[in-house]
Amino acid sequence: MGRYVARRLLQMIPVIIGTTLIIYTLVWFLPGDPFAGRCGARPCPPAYVAEMTDKYNLDDFWLIAYAKYLWSLLHGDFGETFQGLSVGEELLRAYPTTVKLALVAIAFEILIGIGAGILAGLRRGSFIDNLVLVSTLVVVSIPVFVIGSVLQLFLGMRWGIFPATVGGDASLYNLILPGFVLASLSLAYVARLTRTSLAENRRADYVRTAVAKGLPQRRVIGIHTMRNSLIPVITFIGADFGALLGGAIVTEGIFNVPGVGNLIFRSITTRDGVMVTGAVTVLVLVFLLVNLLVDLIYGWLDPRISHG
Amino acid sequence: MADPIPPVVAAAEAPETTETAVRTLGRDAWHDLIRKPTFIISGVLFLLFVTIAIAPSLFTSLSPTDCDLGLTRQGPSGAAWFGYDNNGCDVYTQTIYGARASIMVGVLTAIGVLIIGGITGTIAGFYGKTTDTVVSRLGDIFFGIPLLLGALIVLVSFPGDAETPELVTISKVVLALAALGWPQIMRIMRSSVLQVRSADYVQAARALGAGGTRMILKHVVPNAIAPVIVVATIAIGGYIAAEATLSFLGVGLQPPVVSWGLAISRAQDYVRTSPHMLLFPASALSLCVLAFIMLGDAIRDALDPKLR
Repeated sequence: MGRYVARRLLQMIPVIIGTTLIIYTLVWFLPGDPFAGRCGARPCPPAYVAEMTDKYNLDDFWLIAYAKYLWSLLHGDFGETFQGLSVGEELLRAYPTTVKLALVAIAFEILIGIGAGILAGLRRGSFIDNLVLVSTLVVVSIPVFVIGSVLQLFLGMRWGIFPATVGGDASLYNLILPGFVLASLSLAYVARLTRTSLAENRRADYVRTAVAKGLPQRRVIGIHTMRNSLIPVITFIGADFGALLGGAIVTEGIFNVPGVGNLIFRSITTRDGVMVTGAVTVLVLVFLLVNLLVDLIYGWLDPRISHG
Repeated sequence: MADPIPPVVAAAEAPETTETAVRTLGRDAWHDLIRKPTFIISGVLFLLFVTIAIAPSLFTSLSPTDCDLGLTRQGPSGAAWFGYDNNGCDVYTQTIYGARASIMVGVLTAIGVLIIGGITGTIAGFYGKTTDTVVSRLGDIFFGIPLLLGALIVLVSFPGDAETPELVTISKVVLALAALGWPQIMRIMRSSVLQVRSADYVQAARALGAGGTRMILKHVVPNAIAPVIVVATIAIGGYIAAEATLSFLGVGLQPPVVSWGLAISRAQDYVRTSPHMLLFPASALSLCVLAFIMLGDAIRDALDPKLR
């Protein structure tokens, strides 16, 4: 177990270096003068240019500049933006909001996704089953930004049930609508996965044994079938957490949530390279760590899979 | 004479049975497919959309540049069933002509990831050992970057303007999506090749003295490609939606190109007063995505004997 974790952690190092290198390179070669428009309408004074060039190693070969960046990253220093804001602090402010949003989304996936999947899986071929199948297919085929703006229009503006935008106050109530929109796509997958998994396991030998032992239906389904059927679903939801953090960019834009997606999008449009690289690095790190955690949980849920 | 038996032979039992079924599997699958309503519906939709994309003038007598500012944002009427958009262009004509760019992005990206992911996956699976490790880790690096986020950064790095030819704008989006989408195909191709590699007929070819290239092209790839093609078909829908999302964020296709994503993103600002501008291109997009997902699903079900 310990050796497995150590090996996985070691394997992460090249992945993180590779990812940061790609992002850093892309940002480094972004077209345009980095000083354009930084000092109002007039060109920047030479002293400022010299200081900034030195600070961001703009005169170095990009690989050397990257190595210097990676070195300070190893010391936990994310650097500063051109405006002098600390990237680390900005990330600390934005990440909790996005994590909260992703957790709301996961709550929807569990409640509605697994619920609908169970209803459909228990009665295959019934009206409910077909309803779940068709509605999930419809949800999957509509792009998230269309779902988002339509729900915002009706639930937020026309009927005023939920706040239409979040703004500075990211309370749980404000995040319900964006969370649901963010969850919509995965929700459909979770429902379908639960349904398939449940339907498959209902024919399993141990379920037949449980029925033959004379256990009540509630116990057969609730304890025996459910526990085994939910393993792949939990794996999916866990792995989805990382994807939700990165995928929040559209949802956060529509509902004006002050999270990471918004931060990255704003930084890309204002060519704030240090911020983009820092935010994406943390994103990838979280993605990898969550995936590792999910793999460990998987082994714990299903003893047949060992990480020995 | 003393041709050493490769150690993989022991694992050949399982794939062998599927190989004897492969010959009839194709015919069987077709037999199954033409009786399936979902396949018929999605197949008809698929043909319809492809026809629209190839020959849009068959479906409308207007050209997408026939716009009359006097008709700005007029709702659906007898003269124009879908109404007019912000520039007074006929929404129906825009939707018809938008099919080409959207479907082109989807199909070309799928072909791109099939080429990159297929080749790397085959190499990793067939040669194994160090090659496998290097290719797999390389895939992990790209897999960790969220698709939308990565494509966003790539597209900002290579900005275009109204002067850029249509084909260049489209291929930029295609390349950005393909550069980040290939690891998914690579992983599936790799595991598929791993299964086929140890099959008896590959060993037979090896025993007869076939070289690596010949074995890959004649024996391994034809038998391992089916699941990859199915996944790529389903992914086309996702790529079309991704194009729309990127255009919505303002970095995908650019205005002289007519596409569903652009039409939806323009309609976004007027969704409260003129919902028809959003409704028709969004429905066309969803229907198209749905067609590709259903088509892939139906083919997968038909090819998977376990679900019979």
